[in-house]
Amino acid sequence: MSELIDYQLQVNGLGHDVVEAWLGESLLYVLRERLGLPGSKNACEQGECGSCSVLMDGKLVCSCMVLAAGAVGADIVTVEGLAAGEHELSDIQAAFLAEGAVQCGFCTPGLVVSVHDLLEHNPDPTELEVREAISGNLCRCTGYGRILAAVRAAQEARQG
Amino acid sequence: MTVFVPVSLEEAFDAFDQCPDAHLLAGGTDFMVEVSFAHRRPPAVICLRKVAELTGWRLEGSEVVLGAGITYTELMGDELAGPLPGLAQASRTVGSPQIRNAGTLGGNLGTASPAGDTLPVLAALDAMMTVASREGRRDLRLDDLVVGPKLTTLRPGEVIVEVRLPASLGSQEFLKVGTRNAMVIAVANVALVVDWLGHSVRCALGSVGPTVIRASDAEEFVASRIDWSGRTLTDAADVAEFAALVRSAARPIDDHRSTADYRRHAVGVCAHRALERVFSDHTEKALERAS
Amino acid sequence: MSTVTGVRRGRLGESAARPDGVPKVRGQFAFSSDLFSEGMLWGHLVRSPHPSATIRGVDVSEALRIPGVRAVLTADDVPGRKTYGLDYPDQPVFAWDVVRYMGEPVAGVAADHPETARRGAAAIVVDYVPTEPVTDSEAAADAAPIHPLGNVLYRQKIRRGDPDAKGAVVVEGRYETGMQDQAFMGPESGLAIPAEDGGVDLYIATQWLHVDQEQIAACLALPLTKVRLHLAGVGGAFGAREDMSMQVQICLLALRTGRPVKMTYSREESFFGHVHRHPAVMFYRHHADSEGQLVKVEARLILDGGAYLSSSTAVTMNAAVFAGGPYRIPNAVVEAVAVRTNNPPCGAMRGFGAVQSCFAYEAQMDKLAGALGLDPVELRLRNAIKPGDSLITGQVLRGAAPVAEVIRTCAAAPLPAGGPATAAEIGLPGGAGRAADRDRVRRGVGFAVGFKNLMYSGGFDDSSTARCRLEDGVATITCAAVEVGQGFVTLAQQITRDVLGVDDVILAPPGTVDIASAGSTSASRQTWMSGGAVQAACLAVRDRLLANVSSRYGVPREALELVEGRVVSLDRQIDLPISEAAQGEVLEETVTFSHPPTAELDANGQGDAHVSFAFAAHRAVVDVDLELGLVRVIEIATSQDVGRVLNPVQLVGQVEGGIAQGVGLAVMEELILDHGRVRNPSFTDYIIPTALDMPPVRIAALIEEPEPGAPMGAKGVGEPPTISSTAAVVAAIRAATGLELPRAPVRPQDIALAGATPTPQSRPIDAEVSS
Repeated sequence: MSELIDYQLQVNGLGHDVVEAWLGESLLYVLRERLGLPGSKNACEQGECGSCSVLMDGKLVCSCMVLAAGAVGADIVTVEGLAAGEHELSDIQAAFLAEGAVQCGFCTPGLVVSVHDLLEHNPDPTELEVREAISGNLCRCTGYGRILAAVRAAQEARQG
Repeated sequence: MTVFVPVSLEEAFDAFDQCPDAHLLAGGTDFMVEVSFAHRRPPAVICLRKVAELTGWRLEGSEVVLGAGITYTELMGDELAGPLPGLAQASRTVGSPQIRNAGTLGGNLGTASPAGDTLPVLAALDAMMTVASREGRRDLRLDDLVVGPKLTTLRPGEVIVEVRLPASLGSQEFLKVGTRNAMVIAVANVALVVDWLGHSVRCALGSVGPTVIRASDAEEFVASRIDWSGRTLTDAADVAEFAALVRSAARPIDDHRSTADYRRHAVGVCAHRALERVFSDHTEKALERAS
Repeated sequence: MSTVTGVRRGRLGESAARPDGVPKVRGQFAFSSDLFSEGMLWGHLVRSPHPSATIRGVDVSEALRIPGVRAVLTADDVPGRKTYGLDYPDQPVFAWDVVRYMGEPVAGVAADHPETARRGAAAIVVDYVPTEPVTDSEAAADAAPIHPLGNVLYRQKIRRGDPDAKGAVVVEGRYETGMQDQAFMGPESGLAIPAEDGGVDLYIATQWLHVDQEQIAACLALPLTKVRLHLAGVGGAFGAREDMSMQVQICLLALRTGRPVKMTYSREESFFGHVHRHPAVMFYRHHADSEGQLVKVEARLILDGGAYLSSSTAVTMNAAVFAGGPYRIPNAVVEAVAVRTNNPPCGAMRGFGAVQSCFAYEAQMDKLAGALGLDPVELRLRNAIKPGDSLITGQVLRGAAPVAEVIRTCAAAPLPAGGPATAAEIGLPGGAGRAADRDRVRRGVGFAVGFKNLMYSGGFDDSSTARCRLEDGVATITCAAVEVGQGFVTLAQQITRDVLGVDDVILAPPGTVDIASAGSTSASRQTWMSGGAVQAACLAVRDRLLANVSSRYGVPREALELVEGRVVSLDRQIDLPISEAAQGEVLEETVTFSHPPTAELDANGQGDAHVSFAFAAHRAVVDVDLELGLVRVIEIATSQDVGRVLNPVQLVGQVEGGIAQGVGLAVMEELILDHGRVRNPSFTDYIIPTALDMPPVRIAALIEEPEPGAPMGAKGVGEPPTISSTAAVVAAIRAATGLELPRAPVRPQDIALAGATPTPQSRPIDAEVSS
């Protein structure tokens, strides 16, 4: 196999060493297979489903589309880094649970990250704005109804 | 495979010196798919994310100069949507929020897909692309840069650096037809610009040919029918003829996404509607001003 | 829309929180693609690029030379039976001599790194001689056989009443549904670990652990005790995991290399790696009297089963049995046939044959209403089946069947306010593409009702086994029922809490080692079968506990009850927490729960073949841009017959999710085939609804008429939402456009260019499909 290199990635506030990695690996692959962060999912690895969504320098992106070696220096946040502490849930994670927005759960991490990003930039979105914001996250189980209810619940709790 | 992460064009050229076959990587939304699916294993990749000269944008007189690294999300922002409304509309139709945050204008050009959503707008605005290499810079219009499906005239060692566009040129419309309301490859897309001061109409069609097509017969015809002083186009037959000429200009194919017949039909409908909107908008705005 | 808050430890009827929810929202839930084992190798399959070809030879020498490649296997390396299958083992583990569909596995590789495994697979040279594929399902039965067993997979005939009966009004049509894909999010993956006893432990996402185990053991030539399956986290299924994917192959690679082997399909490979929904071509003729009472249904349905049998038998039977719809029809001449072609194999997908029939018969009902000048809902009410009526199989409906109420409540739901004139721009057909023109957008409303059986049928007598263990006041439930997202894990806890009153309910990881089969997670059966087994096991534990207390205290058993986790006598003299009442004894009961036996259908398709049925109606509102043919589904209203609501929020989730799949089949989902080649094996071009495509769902009514014989009175709810939702959406598009639209999915050109291309002529219903 071709060249292997070492580099460091900043993920969830911590520096992570990536050792002897093939340079063509996506950020998704590195997170899952090298950094012990399998929360981001691999439903398509083609930028068409959003299950691998992470925040990179505060922007919502598909980690399967990011060349890991090119993400050096970026501030990366994954689903594992959303809650305040190891035994806690973010308000959005809690809302997903309470509203029945989780079925098989494969789309859930990507959606939770997307919703965090949405409410960060737009604290009081309309239903259409929510749908547009999560239009890059495919869910096959829920039909999005309970997901929208979860967003609404989180949004209202933050307002009230 | 080697990965370079230059922070300047000069460093990018150094990388090319080392690996002339290197592939350029911007937002990754096209390239990474090809790598993941083993369709492509280039010997080297030059990651452009941090190249200073490719970021940001500036106003130069009556023009907007966009760094090729500008993302679709940035193009949708208020600052750029004002002077470049057609490009903002087109950007909103690309992919998903995730794709729009990462994908770049330079990438849309470099990938040169027949369905690239910004390309009809660039064609309609007679955009000027600047490409640079260690040997120097050259400026290209879209039809000199993108010459076939996924085919550009970029030479080894060249990077698309900037895209230069007129600011706030006339009235602009962009329409896209796809079979889903998000994350969809265009089956037909149309960009229309009516230049009130220059008395010209530009109409560019996407997804109905190997590259973007300027429907020049349609453009000339309708420009000759517009009452430029009154800024009206009153005869419905003229709009219909415009649409018919657009349809004749299209060279669509059948594929798994759609049929040639539908694409030709759709592009005609979009052109028709784009023209109607420009003139009804204009009438409304004129009425607002008058009242 | 409801915002019912999940109750942490709920009982039956409450929106209890799912026990795997916290790990899922944190990204800590272990799906099969997240598995890891020290020293594991990565597997990769070599798949045929041809839909039909003979194999002249397979050269693996180059692959074996690649550093890091540890094993390469072909058909010769399968020690036991070289084929597998749910119904009949006709599908090769690795093809030999001939490949029959694009994507058929021919060889397998195990290597140190997934990239190396891919390169190893690419280095295997298969000498194919492509042959002309059989791909036209209407011609397949007459074509040269592509398999020794022939090209007719199964034929189901139904004859009831007078085949020559006539009605005053006759309507007919030819209808078609395309190949839908289950498109679950979690790609196929598994991890096989070879064991010291020469056996193998397989961690796999599947729908039925024990039926996989049987097939794997036969292929590996191992006894069942040496093939141990453990359920790995499942990222959705919808029927696609009922057939095996990589199970045998990775077990073989693990046993050959002596190392754990993991395999994960890419999305592209996934499209080739599982069965799809049968495309159907359906010829229908309905006869009715002048009042709209149905007299006869004639139907011929041709299902494209693709290259191998899978569950085509049962799907075909369903398509025939449900071919008339939930209506009283005294005379029926129905034949459904599944044919073998070189198209991708088809099998189970949520709805299982009843979806295709419903699309056709509901289109027919609307045609009939039109011919009679009757309101379409009224026509359906006049014919709606009710308890005491017979189906076209002759079976008399005995359970809950509130069909009229389902229809009425759904039809009565208020229509959404607004319309194209007032919709937001991004809410119009085509969304942000802004191609729609409000003046050219027409709104249409469509209605459909459907039904399907719950559980297996036709003499395939089903059962599920569960164990309840009560120790120190904590209950542990062991059951092999597979959780695919539907929420069985939640229900199992709710049932246990309900019976025993304990708060702490542990669910043992499902597997084949410690418990017998729970049957598959399919056929809307787990609530009834495995819910029934769990309930029965808990009741058995309760009974033993109370019996123990009774004999210890000399109190009659009837005087004791279990209330809120305490053993209490009626006179309150005895009032003990469970842990004390058990006195340190561990109480464990294993119960196998069965449903009443069903009969096979006879030569005329007559017989009491089913246990229970569920009914649902859908009303769709769509906006259509008439010139562009773009469709926006605005709202779907629904009523469903559910028996009893066991978990409100989970039930709503099933309804909304099923409707989303129905919407997909109506307007956008189709695996496009070109002479057997799949043209769109990716999420780029196999498009499923996004949040901007899926409309809000209005639940008009969840009708709770308890089903006699169902544990807890509840019916399965997973499939009914898919049965008539597609038909309703297309009916709405017909209403908006005035077009016949006999095919789903409806494409923009079907609307925009209608009149440009003539619709196919209906083939006379009497033409036989020769065998």
